[in-house]
Amino acid sequence: MGNIKSVCNTLKHLGAKPIIANTPSEVKAEKIIIPGVGAFGKGMNNLKPFIPKIRETLSSNVPLLGICLGLQMFFEGSEESPATEGLGLMKGKVVKIGTKLRLPHIGWNSLEIRKEACPLFKGIDKGYAYFIHSYHALPEENVVAATTSYGCEITASVWKKNVFGTQFHLEKSGALGLQILKNFVEL
Amino acid sequence: MLCHRIIPCLDCDLAFPEGRVVKGIEFKQIKYAGIPWQLAEKYYKDGADEIVFLDITASHEKRETMARVIEKTSEKVFVPLTVGGGIRNIKEARKVFNAGADKISINTAAIKDPTIVSELARYFGSQACVVAIDAKRRYVTDQEEAQNKVVVETPEGLCWFECSIYGGRKFIGLDSIKWALEVEERGAGEILLTSMDKDGTKEGYDISLTKVINERVSIPVIASGGCGTPKHIHEVFQKTQVSAALAASIFHYETYSIKEVKEFLAKKELAVRSG
Repeated sequence: MGNIKSVCNTLKHLGAKPIIANTPSEVKAEKIIIPGVGAFGKGMNNLKPFIPKIRETLSSNVPLLGICLGLQMFFEGSEESPATEGLGLMKGKVVKIGTKLRLPHIGWNSLEIRKEACPLFKGIDKGYAYFIHSYHALPEENVVAATTSYGCEITASVWKKNVFGTQFHLEKSGALGLQILKNFVEL
Repeated sequence: MLCHRIIPCLDCDLAFPEGRVVKGIEFKQIKYAGIPWQLAEKYYKDGADEIVFLDITASHEKRETMARVIEKTSEKVFVPLTVGGGIRNIKEARKVFNAGADKISINTAAIKDPTIVSELARYFGSQACVVAIDAKRRYVTDQEEAQNKVVVETPEGLCWFECSIYGGRKFIGLDSIKWALEVEERGAGEILLTSMDKDGTKEGYDISLTKVINERVSIPVIASGGCGTPKHIHEVFQKTQVSAALAASIFHYETYSIKEVKEFLAKKELAVRSG
């Protein structure tokens, strides 16, 4: 998936030691990150061999972070690829952004933190994050940790137990993104 | 609230071991401005919202150098990186993505074979596919003179906008407005629109060109060519509602810093990312 290199660079910059898992047996980490850009169907297809391993690791309380498409794949499905089932870690669907403004939604938008207790946002009360997407998650349970606004409210971050997601690219969101990723690394 | 993006552009001559940033005047005269990854890091720290690298090397044997420039940059720069200039196919695109680029920008290859736009969007997603359009004004006295072209009324007279390829060296009669609509249809995620008449002049962006293209398409447009002062950036945002403004010379020669530009825009009550 597209932004693996950037995510690894950012992690290394923070002093973490990322391992890129090419096969499920390589998933042995203290934390798991699912990055991802591109279409939902293709993303789920790439993720398929890893799904049993991810579920197993999650049940042993390992923190999981999904970035952009990574977040979207936590849900039950997406309008982008209706035939493909999502991971279903969170209830709800991914839908095309219902805005009158132009799509993709590209650029730096302000974060509204909705769950101050969310460990990702420790030490952060506001700031701008980099978004680039046309679809976003509409959760059917109380998991929205941050939102942004683009002619409508957009789900910017989700949190449920040890599962975290950011719709924005925290590896591309300057100092704010580095802080959020650092918070995840230090969990 | 979505911020107006300020994007420094680094035109890179890669016929040197580390590459070097140059700036041409009206696509011709060349001046030296620094080492690509060093300048990129400086701009990042100064508040650049994205960074664009354009490979302006004439020969095609310098791909490895660009990959190295991107790799080195992406270790220290945590904003989106776009790479353009001479990318001809999916294989070459993959190489720059693997080096750490977030988006690629294509121009000549897309005009020669428009299906490459659809392919890039399918393989890497629309968000990673920027189409660069270098447009030049072609003045006409009446609509009859420009058959099948979209003629626009500008303060300087009636004209249509012709696309150029090979970095401004060749024209094939393609209408920029029609081309912009086609690439949107094919799945481009953004348009990087450069006015060849204004590029390097420091007289300001081509407002007529930017406005007409931005109004016709529904994907984000980045205005480019002609920026000489922060006022020009303010003008293009105010008069065209474009999503982003790209500039080179004013940052390279430290005429203004990105921070100064953003402070200027914030005073004029435009949303910009600070801090």
